Amino acid sequence: MSDAPSASALTEAPADPAKGSLRILQLYPREMNIYGDYGNVLVLKQRLAWRGYGAEILEHNAGDPFPDDVDLVIGGGGQDSGQIVIQDDLQAIAPTLRRLAEDGTPMLLICGLYQLFGNVFRTHDGTEIPGIGVLDLETRGGAERLIGNVVATSEEFGEIHGYENHSGQTYLGDGLKPLATVIKGAGNNAEEKHEGARYKNIVASYLHGSLLPKNPAIADFLLRTAAERKFGEFQDDGVDDTLAELARQHAGARPR
Amino acid sequence: MNPLPVLVGKAVRVASRLRGGGSAFPGLVVERLDPRFMGRALSTVPHGVVVVSGTNGKTTTTKMVVELLEGQGLTVFTNRTGSNFTRGVAAALLGEVDWRGRLKADVAVLELDEAHAVHFVKLVPPRYSLLLNVLRDQLDRFGEIDATTRLLERIALATTGTVVLNREDPRVAGLASSITTAEVAYFGLDASLRSTFPNDDELRGEAGTAPASALPADVVLRSVDGNSAEFEVDGTTTRTDLRLRGVYNIFNAAAALAAARAVLGRSADTSRLFASLAAVEPAFGRGESLVVDGQALELVLVKNPSGFRLGLKSFDPAGCATMIAINDNYADGRDMSWLWDVDFDSLGLGGVDVVSGVRAYDMALRLKYDDVRVGAVEPDIVDALKQFIRGSEGRPKRIFCTYTAMLAVRRELSKITKVEVVS
Repeated sequence: MSDAPSASALTEAPADPAKGSLRILQLYPREMNIYGDYGNVLVLKQRLAWRGYGAEILEHNAGDPFPDDVDLVIGGGGQDSGQIVIQDDLQAIAPTLRRLAEDGTPMLLICGLYQLFGNVFRTHDGTEIPGIGVLDLETRGGAERLIGNVVATSEEFGEIHGYENHSGQTYLGDGLKPLATVIKGAGNNAEEKHEGARYKNIVASYLHGSLLPKNPAIADFLLRTAAERKFGEFQDDGVDDTLAELARQHAGARPR
Repeated sequence: MNPLPVLVGKAVRVASRLRGGGSAFPGLVVERLDPRFMGRALSTVPHGVVVVSGTNGKTTTTKMVVELLEGQGLTVFTNRTGSNFTRGVAAALLGEVDWRGRLKADVAVLELDEAHAVHFVKLVPPRYSLLLNVLRDQLDRFGEIDATTRLLERIALATTGTVVLNREDPRVAGLASSITTAEVAYFGLDASLRSTFPNDDELRGEAGTAPASALPADVVLRSVDGNSAEFEVDGTTTRTDLRLRGVYNIFNAAAALAAARAVLGRSADTSRLFASLAAVEPAFGRGESLVVDGQALELVLVKNPSGFRLGLKSFDPAGCATMIAINDNYADGRDMSWLWDVDFDSLGLGGVDVVSGVRAYDMALRLKYDDVRVGAVEPDIVDALKQFIRGSEGRPKRIFCTYTAMLAVRRELSKITKVEVVS
């Protein structure tokens, strides 16, 4: 683990933001980045650039002041050790995250941060790690990991393609809708055939890292929502998603 | 002792070789008939067993340790077939032992996959272990990087003589604190080279590299200039030319030197160590150079983000035709998210001529998001290779490929040029 002093770094200046620029906040990129989570950020940034929008990529690491005027929040997966490192800081910024979520800020939460946005994580040995309660769900540590390709389907986004690798099994509260129904793979837990959670403008999922590249419908939902909230409209000339469509077809044909 | 299992195993080995079959099957037979065969055969080796493990560089490093020790006059047993599972070691032993199961070697140097190494060291405690790095790779098998670290820790704790650790990888260097019985030695990098080898925490961090390690290293790689490198050993810096390509292989040379010095102790002849090192040829698929249509064709095996990054960094793309072949079979890793932890900007200028493999479209999609031009996408490796060679006449060629894609590429190349095909 790095002890280097951290600052909320502006890593990307807006590139000729003819139509304006969105401020995208990555939560804990240092600790929560395990499965190519950076890919999700890159996809958002490029899909904005291809449409003539700019993107400012902000980072929040443990101990940083929380930045102002955040348009979109993105959080990834980490190892158990990483989750321990961010634990206190996450509780400290929880009121801000709760306010943003209730206010309708679009968020993408993957794997580890999906779990921690819930009420509680009960580990295998009985320890209770408190979440921040944005999503009404709880996660129980399991003895075996759920690993492999996943295909799920949602009314809102169509087929969702991804890969899961988690030992926590997540159960949603009565009022919380899953993101999708699993066709292949496990999803939230080994029993229910549900994948992820969908609340306000939050998309939460176990499908890690490369969720957005192969699921442009989710990427564009997040961008459209953020742009409409900020500019009142989303000027979308469309993006050529032929390669994404072919990647989805080939991924869908692979074994679990 | 009953010599029957050894004889049966040897017979199975001959039979399966004639059939051209898998290299580890005879090992399975002898393990079943005589579970203690391997431990007994290896326990009589005078200089003991050296285990080489870690995420990246096992095969090349093992080959170097073997050749360094052979250069000092030792007879070395190793699992050369690239079968880095316990069963593969048993199979390799069958070829070398006499009918009573005795091994005629001075030392055994074994490359072991992290998970199988844990199983192996329970059967045969190594005298030396060389632990290279812990990087994100095959997380679909091991779950987490920290879980992989714990596997390496168990190898270190089972080691009776010296554990050789990579000073620059905090997870590996950190193992020293739990080692109580064995000696610890380090290999390391000059501070000026550290940014070339990001450890896993630095892979995504924008903050730059951690401060240089203050741990004393037995061997330090001081500088790299093309295929020439400077190593510091015992306070003396030696420059040597190498046949190995790629900076990552040259850092592995520092690891191999440190391990060989641990085995040899005071009897080490340093100038001969460097002479042996200069002569080491790259291992299968690790920066090998073949010739196709009078042009060099390089094969670069890529298995995980750090390996792919180092591969891109080590080989200048200027003037070179590039193909990438990505499969997702078990041996490659089934999860494609690792491609998103690699930056492909360096390929932006020349683009990629052909993208292939089962997950060709995942790769092409990845390149699209880095604004890298792609000439053609053809999932079938045989067709892709033909297209690639036809379209790159008069240019040197480079193919980055995952493990099973490399096997397919080699099989196809063997029809048009001289290639060692490993089944």
